[in-house]
Amino acid sequence: MRVGGWETLGLVLRRELVLGFRRPDQLVQPLVFFLIVTTLFPLGLSVQLVLLREMAPGVLWVAALLASMLSLEALFKSDADDGTLEQLVLSGQGVYVIVVAKTLAHWLVSGAALILVSPLVATALAIPWSAFPVMLLSLGLGTLTLSWLGAIGAGLTVGLKRGNVLVSLIVLPLAMPLLIFGAGATDRAISGTSPLGALYLLAALCLLTCTLAPFAAAAALTVTLE
Amino acid sequence: MWTWFYRLASPPYVYRVAAVWMPWLLGGAAFAIGYGVIDGLGFAPPDYQQGDAFRIIYVHAPCAWLSLFAYTTMAVAGAIGLIWRIKMGHAVAAASAPIGASFTLGALVTGSLWGRPMWGTYWAWDPRLTSELILLFLYVGVMALRSAFDDANRGDRAAALLAIVGVVNVPIIHFSVVWWNSLHQGATVAKFGKSEMPGSMLWPLLAMLLGFMLFYGAVLCIRLRGEVLNRERQSAWVREAIGS
Repeated sequence: MRVGGWETLGLVLRRELVLGFRRPDQLVQPLVFFLIVTTLFPLGLSVQLVLLREMAPGVLWVAALLASMLSLEALFKSDADDGTLEQLVLSGQGVYVIVVAKTLAHWLVSGAALILVSPLVATALAIPWSAFPVMLLSLGLGTLTLSWLGAIGAGLTVGLKRGNVLVSLIVLPLAMPLLIFGAGATDRAISGTSPLGALYLLAALCLLTCTLAPFAAAAALTVTLE
Repeated sequence: MWTWFYRLASPPYVYRVAAVWMPWLLGGAAFAIGYGVIDGLGFAPPDYQQGDAFRIIYVHAPCAWLSLFAYTTMAVAGAIGLIWRIKMGHAVAAASAPIGASFTLGALVTGSLWGRPMWGTYWAWDPRLTSELILLFLYVGVMALRSAFDDANRGDRAAALLAIVGVVNVPIIHFSVVWWNSLHQGATVAKFGKSEMPGSMLWPLLAMLLGFMLFYGAVLCIRLRGEVLNRERQSAWVREAIGS
């Protein structure tokens, strides 16, 4: 039976989401990590709200980056361990489609969940309400880009027994521009200047990775799986 | 016409050719760097603003240039290895990575030593400095990924892929002083048209640049020979070559 590309995309996406929500601990743990890391900064630095507000975008973004590093392992690892990934690659559907489906599902489960929690953290970090739309938009674009970059890193390290630290080592340098523009946009929104420049750059990065990263991640998977 | 290219895919040929090229490259490097050091440090006039401190440019700029050049070499060689499955491409990439990382570190260290008297700080979170630091992390990531695989073949190809993905950083570093309002000064050496530097300062710099390129080539040859020997250690010609 021959299945089309879109159908495969839908089927794999559905499977990933079902699996994701059947393991709620994997879904919740990065979010708790996100909350804990953002709590650590005010405790370690200063509790003065004025100072906190200046650091808040950076803290929020660093915590989001680290939290999404945690969930990257789940992207290909468990499927590679039980052989599902090999079956998917061998199914003749094109690794590209499978990578796109799995990465989108990963973003929906980790990135989008992070965005839902971020208003809570932002309030705790004294980010004003007026900056929330920009912050949410920048986090949305940023976490999606991060999922694509993460798919490359996870694809490159999927065959390794001890790839945990290596994924962060590979992905974090590539994610640094995200941090700069993402935190920059939120920062501008807080101070009341126009965040459009940084948002446009984030959107450009997002488009670039959306179009090119699946090819790189698919190539990475075929290299490490064969 | 392409035979020379095909022959470069053969490990024994590369091993021999690298041995032939190495002394010439090293000799040229010694000559160019020798001239650059003597003229640049001894005879070039001091800068009217920076005094003698500007002379660090004779090490810093070639280091920074080579850090990008070595990365590009690594990515292109990796791509050749990945696309045409030429093992020597991966060997060149593996040999180039530590040299490039050293040049990157050299550029960062000399830059921060110069930054202390000029900017008043060793380090500033400036686009060019930050992107050069990211380049160092990329080098480290590529080397770590290569060594993480037990199977050398897969490690090579994974590292090549990562190097290619990281190439986006190279134009960002190169144009960072143009795109952003950077603390780092703009380009004074123009590839096309007239440079903003007077000849008495420019010639030693160009000599140093050439010398560093040749030095990089020489070290690449040495490392490449080591890589080839290590990769081909099971084959008969290696036993013959090292005479055991």
